[in-house]
Amino acid sequence: MADYEVPKLTGEGYTVVPAVREGVMAGKGPFIAKPDFQKALHFPDDFAAVGELVPNWKERALEKMADLKSRYRSLQVFLDICVKCGACTDKCHYFIGTSDAKNMPVARQDLLRKVYRRYFTFAGKYFPKLVGATDLTEEVLADWYNYYHQCSQCRRCSVFCPYGIDTAEISMAAREILDHVGYGQKYCNEIIGKVFKIGNNLGLPGPALFDTVEGLEEDVEADTGIKVRFPLDEDGAEVLLVTPSADFFAEPHIDGLIGYAKVFHETGVTWTMSTIASEAGNFGMFIGSYETMRRVSLRVREAAIKHKVKRIVFGECGHAWRVAYSFLNTLAGPFDFLDQRYPVPQHILEFTWSHIQAGTLTLDKTENDDKVLTFHDSCNVARGSRMGDYPGGQFDIPRNVIKAVCNHFVDMPADTIHDATFCCGGGGGLLTDDLMEIRVKGIQPRAEALRHVSINNGVTHMAAICAICKSQFTKVLPYYGFTMDQIVSVHQLVSNAIILQRQVSVQARPDEDGDDDD
Amino acid sequence: MAAFEVGGKTIALDEEGYLENLSDWTPEVAEALAKAEDVTLTSEHWEILNFLREYYEEYQIAPAVRVLTKAVGKRLGADKGNSKYLYSLFPYGPGKQACKYGGLPKPTGCV
Repeated sequence: MADYEVPKLTGEGYTVVPAVREGVMAGKGPFIAKPDFQKALHFPDDFAAVGELVPNWKERALEKMADLKSRYRSLQVFLDICVKCGACTDKCHYFIGTSDAKNMPVARQDLLRKVYRRYFTFAGKYFPKLVGATDLTEEVLADWYNYYHQCSQCRRCSVFCPYGIDTAEISMAAREILDHVGYGQKYCNEIIGKVFKIGNNLGLPGPALFDTVEGLEEDVEADTGIKVRFPLDEDGAEVLLVTPSADFFAEPHIDGLIGYAKVFHETGVTWTMSTIASEAGNFGMFIGSYETMRRVSLRVREAAIKHKVKRIVFGECGHAWRVAYSFLNTLAGPFDFLDQRYPVPQHILEFTWSHIQAGTLTLDKTENDDKVLTFHDSCNVARGSRMGDYPGGQFDIPRNVIKAVCNHFVDMPADTIHDATFCCGGGGGLLTDDLMEIRVKGIQPRAEALRHVSINNGVTHMAAICAICKSQFTKVLPYYGFTMDQIVSVHQLVSNAIILQRQVSVQARPDEDGDDDD
Repeated sequence: MAAFEVGGKTIALDEEGYLENLSDWTPEVAEALAKAEDVTLTSEHWEILNFLREYYEEYQIAPAVRVLTKAVGKRLGADKGNSKYLYSLFPYGPGKQACKYGGLPKPTGCV
């Protein structure tokens, strides 16, 4: 299946820290974006072909570094304060899975830090060798490109850093510099281009979305006998649902979308999705580009205004929720035109949990009795955001919802969940076939924890709340002997358990509501 | 970037082996793309490829797996309308592998 060694699992439930090896994951990195893709994102495109650098690349790279450290004080601080204590070294799933020395978070960061030191610090300018400062060369840039695409920006290492250095910010800065010299990543940048051109990561045009939701309405009616609506572009709805486009396309994502629809149906809260904001994801964060992130976010604002909604709810997407919860107001606010009695924005799990608590939903937990569930905390939700109105709500609310719809739930070992959760291995713009080796190796710690609860607690399924996690797991866990149908969406579980009480949707089309008053 | 020849014509492929120009596609190109991966296209494969191309013609995107399985089930019988059948034909995923042979762009994003 693979021309590299797939790590072995022990099932012991803890991770063995591997002996450090040099250069095991050396390589060229993922496919590079062609000039057209760079142009669409307003990055320099004056390089002749993929793999070539722009003219004066060195000056331009250093200029960008200077720009970024002046724009983000945090970056300057993170570059300055690391004392090489080593607390982060064994916390990275990619280091654990690959044992490559440069995948120790401190070493990966140092690829950038040593260049920063050379050009921007007194000691580095005059005594480079004494302080480990090095010149920016093509080899260094190539190393950045390779190793900064072996970081999923999951920020697990940051949790253990005594200084709180946010490694992800350094990876983001490196990618932003690379984008300015001709080394953009094809996967992320082609996708962002599709968001601007078509409206979502997948490139699903409006007619395809309408066809998909119509099909889902037919399926749910065939299944339940009730016409549950999946409204799209319906002005005047209370809620705008912004969800990853994978929810219209992939499995088990689409089962989650069916769950959201059933929840809205039962609560009687009117809702709509939008062809303008048919994507929750915001890959602008992965490439560290504030301007791109903002452009992507503004679509959400545009859709909210156009459809005259009162609330914005985000579907199951990890990094989208970090951008939404932590940055949306700055990027695309103010949202003073929305109903301020609700969180702006709100997570679908907050929405569903509030209705479970209020008793609006009729649930039959036995519908999920064929499963023993565990839950994978998505990195960006766990460490980059919150749910509910207290710290840690982002850990409790998904579990509360699962426990409200399932009888059998077991958590994975404590050092692999909550804010110590391991990345799925495909986050941060790494969910691409050309990075399969790092994805396979990086999933190891999560696979190890899952194996442990499978053996000891009979866990059969793992629920996730992120499109990337779901796709990564269904594709890569089979390398470790799991099957793709063991991964479920949290709202898929809700969908299984919900017993629809409302016979006619509050958004029924005029010809469907049984009245002939219009 | 690679290229290969079919019937005397040079066909450009991207890094992942998908057609650079979708208009280059012909049934012979599909056969050649499959052969390069040691797959021989049978009439069962072609049933799927033809549906993909029709869907793409109308919607400019590959169908979701769910849409594909449903359509296949309707056209070819319930025993074929499931992802297990599709994966048996296209083990690397009906979305990606079938799109490659069918001359559709690769689905991108969180899939």
